[in-house]
Amino acid sequence: MLVLALDTSTPAVTAALGEVTDSGMKGIAERRTVDPRAHGERLAPQIQLVLDDAGVRPRELAAIVAGVGPGPFTGLRVGLATAAAMGQALGIPAYGICSLDALGRAAGPGRVLVATDARRREVYFATYADGVRLTGPDVAKPADVLVAADRAVGEGALKYSEIFGLPIDDRLLHPSGEALIALAADQVRSRAPGDPLTPLYLRRPDAVEPTARKAALP
Amino acid sequence: MPDEPLVLGIETSCDETGVGIVRGHTLLADALASSVDQHARFGGVVPEVASRAHLEAMVPTMQRALDDAGVTLADIDAIAVTAGPGLAGALLVGVAAAKGYALAADKPIYGVNHLAAHVAVDTLEHGPLPEPAIAMLVSGGHSSLLLVDDLTAGVTPLGATIDDAAGEAFDKVARLLGMGFPGGPVIDRTARDGNPAAIAFPRGLTSPKDQLKHRFDFSFSGLKTAVARWVEARERNGEPVPVADVAASFQDAVCDVLTSKALDACREHGVETLIIGGGVAANSRLRVLAEERAAKLGIRVRVPRPGLCTDNGAMVAALGSHLVAAGIAPSRLDLPADSAMSLTSVTVAG
Ligand SMILES: [Zn+2]
Repeated sequence: MLVLALDTSTPAVTAALGEVTDSGMKGIAERRTVDPRAHGERLAPQIQLVLDDAGVRPRELAAIVAGVGPGPFTGLRVGLATAAAMGQALGIPAYGICSLDALGRAAGPGRVLVATDARRREVYFATYADGVRLTGPDVAKPADVLVAADRAVGEGALKYSEIFGLPIDDRLLHPSGEALIALAADQVRSRAPGDPLTPLYLRRPDAVEPTARKAALP
Repeated sequence: MPDEPLVLGIETSCDETGVGIVRGHTLLADALASSVDQHARFGGVVPEVASRAHLEAMVPTMQRALDDAGVTLADIDAIAVTAGPGLAGALLVGVAAAKGYALAADKPIYGVNHLAAHVAVDTLEHGPLPEPAIAMLVSGGHSSLLLVDDLTAGVTPLGATIDDAAGEAFDKVARLLGMGFPGGPVIDRTARDGNPAAIAFPRGLTSPKDQLKHRFDFSFSGLKTAVARWVEARERNGEPVPVADVAASFQDAVCDVLTSKALDACREHGVETLIIGGGVAANSRLRVLAEERAAKLGIRVRVPRPGLCTDNGAMVAALGSHLVAAGIAPSRLDLPADSAMSLTSVTVAG
């Protein structure tokens, strides 16, 4: 079963194609561009390229997997809106996976902190033991992230490496499409109903209710 | 006419998630989800709240439009989407979704100008656009006078507000009169029981000096302040505020300036048709005053029904249909959302 994966929860725009079989999964094609301000422009052509790389037509897809964050909202929504629309147009399920889980799974054995950049001098983070999430996801200032981990992955961990003081695998900075597909493989195999692709916002919108009206007369 | 293009339009530039479907000039579906209630307590549209609501509403609104029209995405000939101007994060949701639909269903995509779509929507009610025409677009987000020579090529901006949008003035005055949000409909209703000549509120940018530099521009900030001062002076004297008279006099000041400048533009450019669009076009006083004054000048006024004046997907579909019929090339899949999209471009070029 051919599965398309998307992630726009970090400055990277990722599109990947994989095949889920009865016993496992294999990656077929994956493309990534790192450009924090161009998710809206880059994602769709990149999906097109990944499909073209593999000679696959959209209607051959069996499912879509999207990283639901947490991540900066505007870019994150680009991936989820695109994934949901494609799922609807093709009549196939779309599954939402926590984007940090893709990094946690790729990080492999041991106790790992996954942190991505949440802007405003904060990180989105979660902890993993052997690829399985133990705590989070959450958002906090790096100095307030108090977790037991032996190493760290993610671009947020790299950016604040001096504060975390953990060894970093800088090959694992952004969620991979292949890991997202692997995490959704059971749902794909069992043809589970799709998820509403709701971002893991973790923050409320910045909005203030108006106060009493100001005097217009001097 | 079965061979007319079947076009789908997606609109998410502000607080309305709209999906419309047209065949030629015929409206088949106009599904809408609004987040207006979520913004009410903030007294204005909160961009992040609007963006969140668009993402939630997109798929169900699309489904409703397809069901209402009795078509599937496979039947559609082209997808049009508002690329700008508007709220950046809100636009991005619609554009990203439109790309997903276009990519999955293998359809051409047109990134279009929201303001041009406000003009094009009138074709759904009143048929092909007479060109040239003057268009006045007035809402909470825009107050523009445009010369429309050829809608497929772009429109010429003649003037715009130099401070608040017309609809914003309605919202602010409604707030200071304690009437809630949005202000347009509630002021319109309240004004019916008031005397429009009760209070002489200022008409912005209409003095002879302003006519030189700002003949087709608007200003509503001074009017809003004048209303605030008048109301406050009353309150300080312990006198009751005649809310209906204030609403009617304020509304009359806005509509007087809007209609006289729009008709002046028609005269200046020798144009016989005035099209009014945007949420404020739903205002009953504006419609009556425009008709009255235009009739004396032999100018025809075209105003779509209120549901088509406010933001919706049908207007985007109508513009898309106009572009497809004219053989305009579609945009590319990397088309950007452009919150400050210029009026001189109707599509994001391919
Ligand atoms: Zn509008």
